[in-house]
Amino acid sequence: MATAPTKKTAAKPTTKAATKSAAAGRLGVPKTYKLYLGGKFPRSESGRSFAFADANGEFLANVSQASRKDARDSVQAARKAQGGWAKATAYNRGQVLYRIAEVLDGRRDQFVAELVATGSTARAAEAEVEAAIATWIFHAGFADKYSQVIGSTNPVAAPYFNFSLPEATGVVALVAPQQAGWSLRGIAAVVAPAIVSGNTVVLVASELNPLTAISFAEVLATSDVPGGVVNILTGFVEELAPGLAAHMDVNAIDLAGVEDTTLARDLEATGAENLKRVTRPRTFAPRHVGELNEIVRFTELKTVWHPIGV
Amino acid sequence: MATKPSSTSAAAQAAATQPAATKRPAPPKTTRGKAGPNRWDYAPALESTKILQLKDRYELFIDGAWVKPTSKQYFQTVSPSTLKPLAEVAQGSAKDVDKAVAAARRAFENDWSKRSGAERGRFLFRIARILQQRAREFAVLESLDGGKPIKESRDVDVPLAAAHFFYYAGWADKLEYAFPGQKVRPLGVAGQVIPWNFPLMMLAWKVAPALAAGNTVVLKPAETTPLTALLFCEVLEQAGLPAGVVNIVTGDGTTGAAVVGHPDVDKVAFTGSTAVGKQIARAVAGTDKKVTLELGGKAANIVFDDAPLDQAVEGIVNGIYFNQGHVCCAGSRLFVQESAYDAVISKLKRRMETLRIGDPLDKNTDVGAINSKAQLERITTLVNAGVEEGAEIWQPACDLPKKGYFFRPTIFTGVSQSHRIAQEEIFGPVLSVLTFRTPAEAIEKANNTPYGLSAGVWTDKGSRILSMVSKLKAGVVWANTFNRFDPASPFGGYQESGYGREGGLQGLAPYLHIEKA
Amino acid sequence: MALAESQSLRRNEPTDMTVGAVVDAAHSVRIDQVGVEERAASFTKRSIKTDAKLWGLDLAIRTMDLTTLEGSDTPGKVRALSAKAIHPDPTNPDIPSVAAICVYPNQVPVAKRALEGSGVHVASVATGFPSGQVPFSAKLDDVRAAVDAGADEIDMVIDRGAFLRGDFATVYEEVKRIREACGDAHLKVILETGELGSYDDVRTASWISMAAGADFIKTSTGKIGVAATMPVTLVMLDAIRDYWELTGIKIGMKPAGGIRTSKQALHYLVMLNETLGLEWMRPELWRFGASSLLNDVLMQLRTQATGAYSGPDYFTID
Repeated sequence: MATAPTKKTAAKPTTKAATKSAAAGRLGVPKTYKLYLGGKFPRSESGRSFAFADANGEFLANVSQASRKDARDSVQAARKAQGGWAKATAYNRGQVLYRIAEVLDGRRDQFVAELVATGSTARAAEAEVEAAIATWIFHAGFADKYSQVIGSTNPVAAPYFNFSLPEATGVVALVAPQQAGWSLRGIAAVVAPAIVSGNTVVLVASELNPLTAISFAEVLATSDVPGGVVNILTGFVEELAPGLAAHMDVNAIDLAGVEDTTLARDLEATGAENLKRVTRPRTFAPRHVGELNEIVRFTELKTVWHPIGV
Repeated sequence: MATKPSSTSAAAQAAATQPAATKRPAPPKTTRGKAGPNRWDYAPALESTKILQLKDRYELFIDGAWVKPTSKQYFQTVSPSTLKPLAEVAQGSAKDVDKAVAAARRAFENDWSKRSGAERGRFLFRIARILQQRAREFAVLESLDGGKPIKESRDVDVPLAAAHFFYYAGWADKLEYAFPGQKVRPLGVAGQVIPWNFPLMMLAWKVAPALAAGNTVVLKPAETTPLTALLFCEVLEQAGLPAGVVNIVTGDGTTGAAVVGHPDVDKVAFTGSTAVGKQIARAVAGTDKKVTLELGGKAANIVFDDAPLDQAVEGIVNGIYFNQGHVCCAGSRLFVQESAYDAVISKLKRRMETLRIGDPLDKNTDVGAINSKAQLERITTLVNAGVEEGAEIWQPACDLPKKGYFFRPTIFTGVSQSHRIAQEEIFGPVLSVLTFRTPAEAIEKANNTPYGLSAGVWTDKGSRILSMVSKLKAGVVWANTFNRFDPASPFGGYQESGYGREGGLQGLAPYLHIEKA
Repeated sequence: MALAESQSLRRNEPTDMTVGAVVDAAHSVRIDQVGVEERAASFTKRSIKTDAKLWGLDLAIRTMDLTTLEGSDTPGKVRALSAKAIHPDPTNPDIPSVAAICVYPNQVPVAKRALEGSGVHVASVATGFPSGQVPFSAKLDDVRAAVDAGADEIDMVIDRGAFLRGDFATVYEEVKRIREACGDAHLKVILETGELGSYDDVRTASWISMAAGADFIKTSTGKIGVAATMPVTLVMLDAIRDYWELTGIKIGMKPAGGIRTSKQALHYLVMLNETLGLEWMRPELWRFGASSLLNDVLMQLRTQATGAYSGPDYFTID
């Protein structure tokens, strides 16, 4: 098992990383990064963590290393939340997604600092936070529209009223993109289109930047997203993804950030056991954000027939 | 299959079984008040097979020509109602599939993808029309080869197949209307594997959208029912479809696996069992192939006490005895509200007494032959399991033909969720009856399955229909009806019933690359 | 299902059910229009040939109420029709007589005399046929006059005005009292289904009529545009079956109006057979109300006998 390289902590008062205090001479109060599971922030049941370093290789934080059991618990939390989330009105889901954007916007500086600490330039970090906010707003506004775009009434050749509408697939496992510059916006790019339709998700955070994922969980926790709708695991894809791919109560899996092609193939094959809807690994570019297909792939089309008579 | 080829054509043999016209019997002497002796048994009304001109042997249809299989091997296709061999059919090998895929690729690159949508549409319209012109021929052959009643092949399978081509013909030049704001392009070569329950209709469901979207096709018909797909090649010839755009490779499961696994196939479409669907999903893992799977089901048909009961009984019968129950979306689990149980069961049994089981070519046959010996054995095994597990079996008193694969329409009452017959797809004329007390219980039990293809709801209350519809985990919900199909209406499953949709605008998506414009 | 040929029928009597209970019983099963129409259409897909066809055509004659209900009816016309009723095809003595002739009350004495000893019944329409828009006392008088003149069967019309305004009690009471006035004459109750709003209404009217003592329920007067249809008849057959299950009493069915061809008649018989069974396939429980149907059936029978298509000039127009 690969662990992230660590180095000894070196106080760098000029950085604004979350673990450090900006005030000179003040002893900071570093945050403990935990998992986000069922709306709560537990430590891994395994008690494990790994040290995570900044771009210069200096210690930033100990990150919870989620286990297969944590993944299982996350699926349970996601399943528990799914019915209620899917039942919420589309307008309501739209407002909840918009609230995420609002809270994110309010913590813009924190995220910029955190992204800078993990290797972004300040400019790129600002652009990324802005892009993430935009992605959430885009999907907030899509919540009560996508079904009008992909649903239909169908002119059948008999006296029946016939319509098709999309419904959430259910519980979706997501492997966050591992691309540089896509830690915060990458979460938005995979989570927003999955939850906008009423799915609940278990996100395996990017190994490149697990801290941002957990800080984003704080955004979720302080906006109006019901507990369990988004669950975030930090740890290692190769440890967590196989259990999620094999889990018979997971309906779909997005292999977005699975970079090892052999692992990706195995995960897809494993997912076949309950015919998971599998999305294969892909490289994200800004133009992909807002692809209708990112929503469609985690919906099921339901067609309804009813006779027309008196 | 061990049966020998017949020397005379099967069509002639089947025709010879038609009885000579009976002479008029003496009319009743009484002039009124008595019904007289019962002569109200419908005489056989056999559809003639003279219209068919079957070849003794069929080759593979590759690149617009009939090609001998590299294996030099052939297998018999047998009529399940008479057990008579109908023709020899080529056993396609991986090499043959290779040829077919290469032909499809050439046709895609050099011809089909270069044609305008309007032109592709015209070919599809032609195919639809030729199917209508030759409808009788296709209906007779479908019933002969597969065992389904001529009433169904004539009124459902063949008209729907033609309608499907007609529907997608019109989409070919309107793809930009189907996906506004998005760019679409065809995928390339589609490898398609279809089942034996609706051979021609499934072919239409696969081929029509593939061609409309601009792909070319390699299709593998089912082993026990290849003949209508082979006759369809004549339609392609009459329509003047360019060589290689549609290739038909007959064979068994290994042939299908070769189609699915071929590296130059861009798109896999399969209809069949969930077990094979999972194999396919594993086989394509790690490739760039796009996949759609239409798999098994164990549909719940839920009848509330305020339902239109007589129509519900029709829906129940149509739901499970249509096509001998060889229907992935068959309403095989009947959930009856306890307060309506007695009425529903008595109406259902009485209705079942009127079902006529027999020669698929008899126009009065309601339930035909089981498609194959293997399927008959599977049905028998599961029915025996139902009896052993303590469910109560009931079958109408009807005679079965002495020859051929037949099974009496069957209902099981006293079934509980844990019984095999309530869980496993039987794919035969066997209904499991369960009860419920409240809408919530009906939903909980109905959804208690890994499948999710279809469901039925019967109630007079509109708001309850919409509530049930939204809670049922199923890709198709029939409310106050069952087993309706239409080319304009998307069809496909949730969960282990597969993914992707066939039919309607949404049925184009699996055959296209779609991205933001 | 075995044919119970000699089984004698228990006559229906007015029940003591409240009108509310009757309507509830009717409403306990709702009708889906599309479903019932599809089912009715499915009977027309049956192919009836050889023996069954001959037997069915024979039965069509034996269960026919040969009808003339015109303002221009005269004793001469009624006598001619009566002759036809007894011997529909004078060239073929094997052709059975029809079940009844159906006339206005004024023509009952003529018909009665003309049919004497033939076994062919005389049915009379009554109760202000066809609209029923006369005072109830006049309806009763109408019935009594017909019965006194010797009518074996009375074809009454329900008060559709009352039915459509939801006054089921009036409909129920009227049928009960007409039934009483009929005495030994059998009562057919015409629902005039073409004027009712839906199949649910047809079922309700069927139940009210049966519970009030009808011996038969009948679709139509034949005097408005929409007469008997297969689906409406199916709804009534289903109601008859449900009533039979509840009470053990078999009610007869009479589709009337619009049935003109042998093919149509056979479709109706297929539907009768597959809903109520052979038991109902006899004149005590089934009638076709028709006039032009008879000649078409005769023509078909001759075609079956000779193997050559016949023509209208070879059958009498009466």
